[in-house]
Amino acid sequence: MSDLQTQTLVPQLDTIFPDWVRPDDRAGYQGYIVETEHLLAVAKALRDTYGYDLLSSVTGVDYLPEGKLEVVYHVFRTTGGPIFVYKVQVPRDNPVVPSLVPLYPGAELQEREAYDLLGIRFEGHPDLRRILTWEGFAGHPLRKDWHEPYFEEEAKPYKSRWPEGQVRRAEDLNPFADNVDYPAGFDPESLVPDADDTLYKTLFRVQQAQHPEIKTDAIVVNLGPQHPSTHGVFRMVALLEGEKILDLKPVMGYLHRNHEKIAERNTFLQNMPFTDRLDYIASMSNNFAYALAVEKLMGVQPPERAEYIRVIMAELTRIVSHFIAVGFLLNDLGAFFTPSLYGIKERELIVDIFEMVSGSRMMCNYFRFGGLARDMSPEAVQKTKELVNDRLPRKIDEFDRYLTENEIVRQRCEGVGVLTPEDAIALSATGPVLRASGVPYDVRRAEPYSIYDRFEFDVAYGLHGDIYDRYLVRMEEMRQSVRILKQALRDLPEGPIMTGKPAYQVRVPAGESYGRVEGPKGELGFYLVSNGKPNPWRYHVRAPTFINLTSLAPMSRGGKVADVVAILGSIDIVLGEVDR
Amino acid sequence: MSEQERRTEPYEIPEEMKSQVAVTTLDKIYNWGRSNSVWPMMFGLACCAIEMIATAASRYDFSRFGMEVMRPSPRQADVMIVSGTVTKKMIPTIVRLYNQMPEPKYVIAMGACACGGGPFKEGYTVVSGVDRFIPVDVYIVGCPPTPQSLLNGLITLQKKMEQESIATSRWYSKAPSQPIPIPVLGPDLMDPRKFDLIRQQSAAKKAAQTADGEVENE
Ligand code: SF4
Repeated sequence: MSDLQTQTLVPQLDTIFPDWVRPDDRAGYQGYIVETEHLLAVAKALRDTYGYDLLSSVTGVDYLPEGKLEVVYHVFRTTGGPIFVYKVQVPRDNPVVPSLVPLYPGAELQEREAYDLLGIRFEGHPDLRRILTWEGFAGHPLRKDWHEPYFEEEAKPYKSRWPEGQVRRAEDLNPFADNVDYPAGFDPESLVPDADDTLYKTLFRVQQAQHPEIKTDAIVVNLGPQHPSTHGVFRMVALLEGEKILDLKPVMGYLHRNHEKIAERNTFLQNMPFTDRLDYIASMSNNFAYALAVEKLMGVQPPERAEYIRVIMAELTRIVSHFIAVGFLLNDLGAFFTPSLYGIKERELIVDIFEMVSGSRMMCNYFRFGGLARDMSPEAVQKTKELVNDRLPRKIDEFDRYLTENEIVRQRCEGVGVLTPEDAIALSATGPVLRASGVPYDVRRAEPYSIYDRFEFDVAYGLHGDIYDRYLVRMEEMRQSVRILKQALRDLPEGPIMTGKPAYQVRVPAGESYGRVEGPKGELGFYLVSNGKPNPWRYHVRAPTFINLTSLAPMSRGGKVADVVAILGSIDIVLGEVDR
Repeated sequence: MSEQERRTEPYEIPEEMKSQVAVTTLDKIYNWGRSNSVWPMMFGLACCAIEMIATAASRYDFSRFGMEVMRPSPRQADVMIVSGTVTKKMIPTIVRLYNQMPEPKYVIAMGACACGGGPFKEGYTVVSGVDRFIPVDVYIVGCPPTPQSLLNGLITLQKKMEQESIATSRWYSKAPSQPIPIPVLGPDLMDPRKFDLIRQQSAAKKAAQTADGEVENE
């Protein structure tokens, strides 16, 4: 095979590594199952020989009936093309998997999450600690035999909610009348809480390993969880030498709302409103990704009109999200609130359209499997047209005029928080962060979903990988979104908005699927495993900002404290999605 | 006419002074001043915080009611708007922030999550309402509440303030107010006020388990 072919064709892993790899032949599954001992070798070959350079998602699935835990890896090529899946299987009672961090540093936070929630131990991981829960938490909550304190039944709808026509609250079933549970024979007084000791120890360990000879007075500074710069309840622990950052650890989980555990009890449709609350600034694009994943499993295709309305909503969402991102980046730079007020003003107008079509400003819950919940009224279309054709381009230009050449913006942003293209790919960054580093990867182009192959638009990208380029990429993306919107509104056909009848309970065949979209903040993916029942067996969200945060520490090292705030702002995190 | 207003009547104000002198009660002017400069703490937890920011922004603009100054520090804030899901990992910080706010202090629970757990209530790290730990003055329903209903909640808080009196206020009483004990993160969230109950129930659980084990062994 020529080099070009190896780099572009999908490799047949089972013929390349016949002894190590077998195809995943369960009905409805794709990809390959790799022997655990050979995982690193196969992953390295895939990365170096076959060009799968970006590890998109790492997650685990608990197959309780078979007594196995499975780790699922999704990789793709930044030159485009579909996603590639491979898995390893380990016994539930001793789940040890080699860590992929040495190959793909972007796996760091994701492997920590799989360890925290499923108890999979990754050998060779540099810092395997709990991430979403806290040190000392009892158990691994996403295991199927782990029950939460308010546990009622394995799957919804619960029968226990209405015994004899009476409402019963979850509190009534719990001995503490609260959402808590403790191990048997536990004595609260004898407990020594961890109180971040493990965290601080890791920080100092890194310091000691890097400069064993130097005995400087490095100090630890906490930013957050309540801090105006952290965009919610995020926390950064920085190890400082003077004002210089030696190392930094992101600490999250302050908004961990157990999205995945709840979703595995819910029916498929019941999850739709929950996806709204992931990236709550861009609810429509979350709906989109989830609907795509379920539709892939069900094998349905939404009608034309629905496809167009979906694209319109997703692009409006992108504009809202970028307005807010840019506004709040300026907040972090010290332009206290004025630029964000300009952004929020435009958001209000777009949110009005969301309210017209879905009935809610923020939590739209608008997409359904095979279509949409409601049609877009002619007034809503008219209003969107006015906004898109007239006001938005003007307002984006206005932003541009006020900010792009602003002296302070340029001084604070240019050359700060640089991420090279190689690092960005290795750290699994996606979305504007990846593109600003000079890798023009956009899922809408790389693997077009829905009807994105019909529109003309350019993929915005930067060349320097600094904060300023991330800002420019977002500005350019807003313009491109307006361009897509104009085409979509021009071509919007009449017709039905739903394939088949709307139903509360959908039939989802057994199998797995991965639906992904180019969300405003990066690649948003949903990994679903269905076993043919009304509830998903596994429901995993590949949250773009969570994974983009892996690059926060490498970008900040060596910089100043004040820059960290701006770097964080340029990643544009939303905690609902980071912590889920 | 309320009791207070009637009491001001006996004071006759000469005609020529009417435009310069007003007679009122101390409570009234004290509450008038306070309730029109309620500074919220800049503190967002989750999705509801976005609607809180929207309420602060130009279209809804809660500075019309004297709330324009959002303070990131609890020391300078009058009201804590708990805007979003309260998790077990976050509640120690929230209680600490509440303890750090100077009196008089108020709490608004904004949204279903802060009021009672909301859509994520069944989750294993979600606190079923912030009022399990700190006292709440106004509850606002909705997921998220619209900016209008947040404004309504803030106005309700102002009305509540206007009912208060210096004579009975807790912040001028002799005894200092007691801080709320900070919850501890162990195997699960532990409220220091409930240690006895936790010990009791865990022992009972253990007893039940050993009894079960013996039955199985037989
Ligand atoms: S009440 Fe709804 S909108 Fe508000 S924080 Fe909870 S889930 Fe989010």
